[in-house]
Amino acid sequence: MTEVFLSLVIGVLYAAGLYLMMCRNIAKFIIGLGLIGHGANLLIFTAAGLSTQRAPIVPEGVTIPVVPIVDPLPQALILTAIVIGFGLTAFVLVLFLSAHEVEGTDDLEKMRSTDQ
Amino acid sequence: MLYAVMSGFVAAALLPLLHRFLGERSSLVAAVVPLALTVWFATSFPRVASGEVLVSQSSWLPEIHLELGFRLDGLSLLFALLISAIGALVILYTSAYLHGNPRQHQFVSATLMFMASMLGVVLADNLVLLFIFWELTSFTSYLLIGFDHEKEESRKAALQALLVTGLGGLFLLAGVLLLGTAAGSFSLSEILRADRALAGHADYPVILGLILVGAFSKSAQTPFHFWLPNAMQAPTPASAYLHSSTMVKAGVYLLARLNPVLGGTEAWIGWLTAVGVLTLLTGALMASAQVYLKRLLAYTTVAALGFMVMLLGIGSERAVQAAVVFLMAHACYKASLFLVAGIITHETGEADVRRLGGLLRFMPVAGACSVVAAVSMAGLPLSFGFVAKELVYASVLDRFLVFIPAVAASLLFVVVAFQVGIKPFLPGSSDSSGTPHEAPPAMLAGPVILGLACLAGGFFPQAFAGALAASAAAAIQGGLVSEVDLQAWHGITPESVASALTLMLGVAAVFATGHWVRIGSAMKPLANFGPDRVYVAKLKGLNLLAVWQTRVLQSGSLRRYVAIIVLAMVGLFGLSVLRSGELPILNRNTPLTLPSLILGLLIMLGAIGSMIATSRISAVAALGVVGFCVSLIYVLHGAPDLAMTQLVVEALGAVLLVSAFLNLPSFHDRKRWVGRFRDAVVAILGGLAMTLMTLMANDVQLAPSIAHYFAETSVLLGHGRNIVNVILVDFRALDTLGEITVLAIAGASAVALLKLRMAAKRRS
Repeated sequence: MTEVFLSLVIGVLYAAGLYLMMCRNIAKFIIGLGLIGHGANLLIFTAAGLSTQRAPIVPEGVTIPVVPIVDPLPQALILTAIVIGFGLTAFVLVLFLSAHEVEGTDDLEKMRSTDQ
Repeated sequence: MLYAVMSGFVAAALLPLLHRFLGERSSLVAAVVPLALTVWFATSFPRVASGEVLVSQSSWLPEIHLELGFRLDGLSLLFALLISAIGALVILYTSAYLHGNPRQHQFVSATLMFMASMLGVVLADNLVLLFIFWELTSFTSYLLIGFDHEKEESRKAALQALLVTGLGGLFLLAGVLLLGTAAGSFSLSEILRADRALAGHADYPVILGLILVGAFSKSAQTPFHFWLPNAMQAPTPASAYLHSSTMVKAGVYLLARLNPVLGGTEAWIGWLTAVGVLTLLTGALMASAQVYLKRLLAYTTVAALGFMVMLLGIGSERAVQAAVVFLMAHACYKASLFLVAGIITHETGEADVRRLGGLLRFMPVAGACSVVAAVSMAGLPLSFGFVAKELVYASVLDRFLVFIPAVAASLLFVVVAFQVGIKPFLPGSSDSSGTPHEAPPAMLAGPVILGLACLAGGFFPQAFAGALAASAAAAIQGGLVSEVDLQAWHGITPESVASALTLMLGVAAVFATGHWVRIGSAMKPLANFGPDRVYVAKLKGLNLLAVWQTRVLQSGSLRRYVAIIVLAMVGLFGLSVLRSGELPILNRNTPLTLPSLILGLLIMLGAIGSMIATSRISAVAALGVVGFCVSLIYVLHGAPDLAMTQLVVEALGAVLLVSAFLNLPSFHDRKRWVGRFRDAVVAILGGLAMTLMTLMANDVQLAPSIAHYFAETSVLLGHGRNIVNVILVDFRALDTLGEITVLAIAGASAVALLKLRMAAKRRS
């Protein structure tokens, strides 16, 4: 059931994120980007499987962990994604702030020209 | 033979370098390459004439049956000789014609490339290879026609030639691929050995149609003829080389080459004869309205090409021989006339035949060459053109429907030969500024040598051209031995009577040139409805389509991009789900615990909250709730590392967002309710697709998990107990390095943008 429930949560995250990204306001766009990032991370997490709950850590004293453990590879991918997502948000934020200053508007519809 | 073809490309590549050291003299050095090729081809003539086919094979891309295979038989040799010999003369001519032009070496370089491509076309043994060289000739001719790229007409004409022949090239490619598949081989040698086995093949009509379109577009047959006169924007050497003696004959070559494979059927005979005759008449009709030297010549070239296609269509032994001899004669006199026309315009600055005259005093050598070439074109006795025309008449005498157009075209040749080749040198005066001079020797070499060829072909046709024509005709007819008997004078025969009649009518027409031009000019508006118009309209339509689709897809509106991406994703995903008809089977079922339920509900509430929030702070707070709950879910399902990272990032992000949002004026969405509703529908569709995708991802295990490898080796190889960490810094260290780089770049860009802002602020 957890899988079905989390899939629903992911769907809601995406829908809300996409809606915000289609707004004309810069700030809303950035919030939407953040929501979609969470959705994507959860998607990978759910797809990797939720049945086991033992963290992928080898206890002291042994060289091989007690199976079953959670698949560590998707976790490594998500970890990368979280950090990159943060970098992206920071960059987009500064980019939009500068654009806002240059164009004198925070309306995305008015930021169409590339030359100037 | 590979070296023969490649030498042109190599020379073209080296020429700019040579130009740096030798200046304009580099063109003379470049002319050595085609000259050497001419000698080489000439020395292999005895072997080819004895019926031998020289073959060279080297492997290129064996995986797709593409070999660098070349073969030299009579037909190829005839073309190769024309290409390299006229190439040498044209490059020599260019060295004086473009004297003082800083881009002379570029022109010569492109000419060499063209020559090499053209040699590739006529020597290629592999059909695909032939097609590649075919396209290369279109490409290099684009460079040559558009050489004066600062003139709009040049650019337009170059593009037109490229598009028309390029479009034909696509047809040819399809035809060649089908032909190769049907014949079971892409090697011309093998296909030719099969000998007419394709006429009964199921795909024969399609193959024939495709290849004919390709050949017709290249050889300027109606309705593709319009690009050739427009291509006269090219500098004269290029017109003389490409558009009279070589490239436009590539289509004729292809038809002649494939005659043994595709020829002889009713469709072949019908189409070639009909299109040939139509082209003949179109060229003749259009030529009558022209007054400019090069355009006059261009339309007669169209007519001449129609002649050759028509003769190949008739396909009898005599007609094939006539086509070959006519091709040789035409190459000699037409190139010569073009070169002299270039000299005239070069010296007088005038291209209108009505205003030219009395030039013989100033340029006697050029005048003599011009008259000889014109006599050959008009088909007066004791010229190469006469021999060719006699053969043509002999092969069409019994076909009334073909004979009349042939006479009409010959009549036109008489008129144009007079106007272009003789009239400028008759007593009279030119409205030219300054006194014209005799052209320098480099420019005269071409007309003189070609003029001598016209004479030699007229006086001693059998010795001059008999053997070459015989071996070429034999190759066209699939290796049948062809007895060619060329004579300067056959005595009184039906052909010579027809010839005499043509000449008399022609002379009469010359005296009536004034009326002729008037009638032609009266018909000029008709040309507006020709294929040229269709081409322009199509080009315009294409541009409009491009503008429209750019406006729709590349609107510059970020919102629309997002919507298009989401809808495309939903559409493609939905399509593949519908097609497979599979729904998630939910083979993994973990019971839902209360903490998970509460966290999930909170996430959904947070997402919706940030969506409907009216203030910036509340939206950031709602996003924070989502992030916090997501990290708790990571904790619940055995991912402490993710949870820690997420929490840190969440805190940092919240600080960043709040401080940045203070600078923005409003948190108001400027959409009306229709837009909101539309966006909501798109967003919900996207969310649904993602839900479904997640559920289906649960069922899929494409490859066996490699988790156990990391688990087993983390301590032994990576010396770390936190497996996720070991993966990041050890097993996939390069990945992490890339990630750090991306972050660093993002950080650096952010800093740079902030600095820009600050600098802008300080300035204001």
